[in-house]
Amino acid sequence: MSAPNKSYDPVEVEALKPEEIERMRDEALAAIAAAAGLDELREVKVAHTGDRSPLALANREIGALPPHAKAEAGKRVGQARGGVNKALAARQAELEAERDARVLVEEAVDVTLPYDRVPAGARHPLTTLSDRIEDIFVAMGYEVAEGPEIEAEWFNFDALNFPPDHPAREMQDTFFVQPLAGGSDGDSAESGVVLRTHTSPVQIRSMIDREPPVYVICPGRVYRTDELDATHTPVFAQVELLAIDEGLTMADLKGTLDHMVRALFGSDLTTRLRPAYFPFTEPSAEMDMQCFACRGESAVNPDRPCRTCSSEGWIELGGCGMVNPRVLTACGVDPRKYSGFAFGFGIERLLMFRHNIADMRDIIEGDVRFTLPFGMEI
Amino acid sequence: MRIPLSWLREYVDLPAGETGRDVQAKLISSGLEVETVEQLGAGLTGPLVVGKVLTIEELEGFKKPIRFCTVDVGTANGTGEPQEIVCGARNFAVGDKVVVVLPGATLPGDFKIAARKTYGRTSHGMICSAAELGMGDDHDGIIVLPPEHEAGTDAIALLELVDEVLDIAVTPDRGYCLSMRGVARETAIAYGISLSDPALLDVPPPNAFGYPVQVGDPFGCDRFTARTVVGLDPEARSPIWLQRRLQKAGMRPISLAVDVTNYVMLELGQPLHAYDRTQVDGPIGVRRAQPGEKLTTLDGAQRVLDAEDLVITDNSGVIGLAGVMGGANTEIADAVRDETTGEVRGTTDVVIEAAHFEPVAISRTARRHKLSSEASKRFERGTDPQTTSAAAQRTADLLVLLAGGTAEAGVTEIISPSAPRTISIPADHPDRVAGTEYGRETVVRRLQQVGCDVYGSDELVVTVPSWRPDLTDPNDLAEEVIRLEGYENLPSTLPKLPSGRGLTGSQQLRRRTGRALAGVGYVEVQNTPFLGEAAFDQLGLEADDPRRRTVKLVNPLSDEEPAMRTTLLPGLLATLRRNIGRGSHDLALFETGLVFRPTGAEPAPPRLPVDRRPTDEEIAALNAALPEQPRRVAVALSGAREQAGWWGKGTAASWADAIEAGRTVAREAGVELIVRQDQHAPFHPGRCAALLAVVDGEELLVGHAGELHPRVVKALHLPDQTSAMELDLDRVERASSGPVPAPRVSTFPVATQDVALITDASVPAAEVEAALRTGAGELLESLRLFDIYTGEQVGEGKKSLAYALRFRAADRTLTAEETTTARDAAVAAATAATGAVLRGA
Repeated sequence: MSAPNKSYDPVEVEALKPEEIERMRDEALAAIAAAAGLDELREVKVAHTGDRSPLALANREIGALPPHAKAEAGKRVGQARGGVNKALAARQAELEAERDARVLVEEAVDVTLPYDRVPAGARHPLTTLSDRIEDIFVAMGYEVAEGPEIEAEWFNFDALNFPPDHPAREMQDTFFVQPLAGGSDGDSAESGVVLRTHTSPVQIRSMIDREPPVYVICPGRVYRTDELDATHTPVFAQVELLAIDEGLTMADLKGTLDHMVRALFGSDLTTRLRPAYFPFTEPSAEMDMQCFACRGESAVNPDRPCRTCSSEGWIELGGCGMVNPRVLTACGVDPRKYSGFAFGFGIERLLMFRHNIADMRDIIEGDVRFTLPFGMEI
Repeated sequence: MRIPLSWLREYVDLPAGETGRDVQAKLISSGLEVETVEQLGAGLTGPLVVGKVLTIEELEGFKKPIRFCTVDVGTANGTGEPQEIVCGARNFAVGDKVVVVLPGATLPGDFKIAARKTYGRTSHGMICSAAELGMGDDHDGIIVLPPEHEAGTDAIALLELVDEVLDIAVTPDRGYCLSMRGVARETAIAYGISLSDPALLDVPPPNAFGYPVQVGDPFGCDRFTARTVVGLDPEARSPIWLQRRLQKAGMRPISLAVDVTNYVMLELGQPLHAYDRTQVDGPIGVRRAQPGEKLTTLDGAQRVLDAEDLVITDNSGVIGLAGVMGGANTEIADAVRDETTGEVRGTTDVVIEAAHFEPVAISRTARRHKLSSEASKRFERGTDPQTTSAAAQRTADLLVLLAGGTAEAGVTEIISPSAPRTISIPADHPDRVAGTEYGRETVVRRLQQVGCDVYGSDELVVTVPSWRPDLTDPNDLAEEVIRLEGYENLPSTLPKLPSGRGLTGSQQLRRRTGRALAGVGYVEVQNTPFLGEAAFDQLGLEADDPRRRTVKLVNPLSDEEPAMRTTLLPGLLATLRRNIGRGSHDLALFETGLVFRPTGAEPAPPRLPVDRRPTDEEIAALNAALPEQPRRVAVALSGAREQAGWWGKGTAASWADAIEAGRTVAREAGVELIVRQDQHAPFHPGRCAALLAVVDGEELLVGHAGELHPRVVKALHLPDQTSAMELDLDRVERASSGPVPAPRVSTFPVATQDVALITDASVPAAEVEAALRTGAGELLESLRLFDIYTGEQVGEGKKSLAYALRFRAADRTLTAEETTTARDAAVAAATAATGAVLRGA
């Protein structure tokens, strides 16, 4: 802060005339507007707002004015300088935006380029379909039970009410295992061990391991002596369900099947039971589901044939029934107090008709071109 | 069981317009698996008539003998003139009655008949063979009819060519449906109409002068009926109707006596056997065979008998395998005419056997001798013991009727006393099984329909019919009621479940593992777990490698692959190669599944009863009989792991990816793998890692990973550097620890130090890293190997490992001295542990 200026300079006061200040401001604004680039603008900035610029010099003159003129001149010069600075900032922003736009255009890429650096993998559809079925039942309160694939005949047959030498054992096309210990006399001796022909031994193990009520679902690999062809495989995936509780009925079995079919294929489908024979259930039934493709219409309308169900209107799913009380007895479950139902079906077949797969071998052979489209979930 | 509809109608008065498909639907609904309905004679239109061969002219000069015939077809051709027909068959003579199809007719298979020129003549029709008429193809040449049929008779009706045949897959519990009688009964119930039971015959009571029979094993044979018919005309042939019924039911007509026994078996479900009486020496006996006894059965095979085999004997020894197959030496003899004397020799006197044999004995014998017959199929499912006398009567009646014999008055019946079987059930038992209300009246009515006698009100006492040995338990009776009331009428309800526990930890881990591997580019496969020694040889396993100890199958599909896998790699590598063969090259596969690892010391499982729960010890004994079946996960990869592209170069799949796949799996279990250099088939001895995890404070081997041995790659025709990993998921899961302790995140600045250490090339990086970590102490936040250099600057046999070390304290900014001290300590520890020298020092 300097002391008040007492020595006025009447000659230089010309520069602080309002017209002069206006002129200086207009020149500055014109130069700013005319600046074509950021470099030019920088020069304009120095010329019109720098220490040697006319407005800066004019500002310096204010001190030489008589006190009465100081306020007005100060205000006039300040406004002019403010206007210039504002215009400068605006132009600066404008030019920077122009420059950025230009540079970003130059930096543009082709975002449609492919990027298969590490292509995605996939889970096997048998796995994901089995998971999906498990999840339907886990949500209802069932637990997933598992067991060995090489199994004692007692679990695979005896406990399931397949009497020894009963023709029903031959329905199963069993792989028999050679005696494991010291098995030199090979296939003549009976080992009492087989490759499980169904996951039903897991049902037995579940009943033996748990106190009723028992609600389990038993997925897993099973074995039958079928040669691999378009519709058969010696190793296949199965899902079985077992419910043991007080007062369970065939109506509960039917309702549970209906629920599963609707969860998998759509809410308006229904199931059908047909009498059948299995040693481990009594009564026994084959279970069919209404065809999800034609909704049964192809069976009554010859003009609309259906490939999915061969125009039968129904698709065969598997076997089911009320657990034979003899099976309960073998597992230590009191058949006078408890009853139960069970069903089972093959996942390959389900996969085949759900996804219109013509040849079983495509599922088995592990060709990545088959599996990849199924992705992570089914 | 094949059921001709025309035959079925003989026992049930079906509505006139009812088709085979209608009957099929009804029977399926009540529980018979009617698989197909065959339309016999579909599309067949006449004229098809009986013709009498008048002349035969042999045509010469053709590749095969050709006959030009004239045939009397009555007035069927509209003129009454002999019909001129060219025929290539030779099994007929002038005067024979044949089947002639005339122009204008259509044979099955849309075969239209017209007059046509052939072999230089015009053939006005055709003399037909059985195959051409859709009657079965077991006859050579054309059909020669019995002489009594008039020329011009309509042969479509005569041969019953148009019919429908239901083919029923009879389940093991429904043996009675292996007969017309049984299926007729089911049909009658399904339609609610009455059955005329073919077993309801007048049968003379047994007496003392029938053919002598001695049953030495009343358990194996609780009923034996013998009848004798004498004076049969050995030249008598089965009439057309009988032959046709056999053919439609799927059996081949053979001779009258055999045809009649087969016919009665089809009709009543009771297998029969006819012996040539002149060939049977003394009383017929039933007993178990003596070990080593021999019998030549009707199929010409000589069989060595087992002590369990139930046999039929006479004074000469064994003459039949009871219930399975008769012996050749008592076989009914075909008529043979002696050309010089004109005398006809053949069987004239037969003994008819109708017996009831114990199902298990028959089943075991049939299996032991790999000899399944129509008889054994029925006996092992259980026949109706009370039908033997009716069946013998029916057989005698037919023989008398068709071969002019006389039934002798002697009737032998050996019967072991047995009480009728009864089952008690609450009258509402079927209701409680079904979950719906039928009511007592319905229950009683349905049970009576299937042949039961029912007494009682709230508690029913049910006597089951003799032909239903399968009805033994209350639920069997419930099923009869429910199926006849219709499964389709069951309500649909849901049980109320207790809350579940969801997936187990190991089930969750398996799903996560699959998702994680698929997420980093692996494709899941599921291989068949069969393999043979060749697979182990290809992997280069030593002779004593424990993986060669396998579970072997008695009846493998292929003799090349009789064993169960002990490792996932053979299947995985075969699938890798299959994909390569089909043109895919950049491959990353994974599989999760069980392998089977016997110790060879597994004891045989105990034979346990089923009338109670086994004890825990008994269950343990069963489990001890099974091999270990650990769950494994494995990967195999070849080609590019990272593709080349506009972004730059790709990278080849390598041992490092295989090991990383192991880490990926372990990470899902919250387990950090320890990687050690190892040598293990089938891996490259210098590029193989043992994968370990810490379980209960101990390091446990969980698997191996690396590049495959070049010899293995060559043996399996795989690309170079194919790499693989296999680890035991169960073990990884065991290494899984509890909740992760959260790290404390310091907000003070980080201090970084890079060090380059020169070591012998053989020093594992993991050891250097471990020493650096230990030496650096608590201030070390992280450490990363960012470069490896080998070359002149570090010298032969050496390598330079460059590490970036980041230091940070929880409570202060580190000083330069503190950082340097920590770094020096780290280097010193590495030097001490591995001989590493600071590069440039």
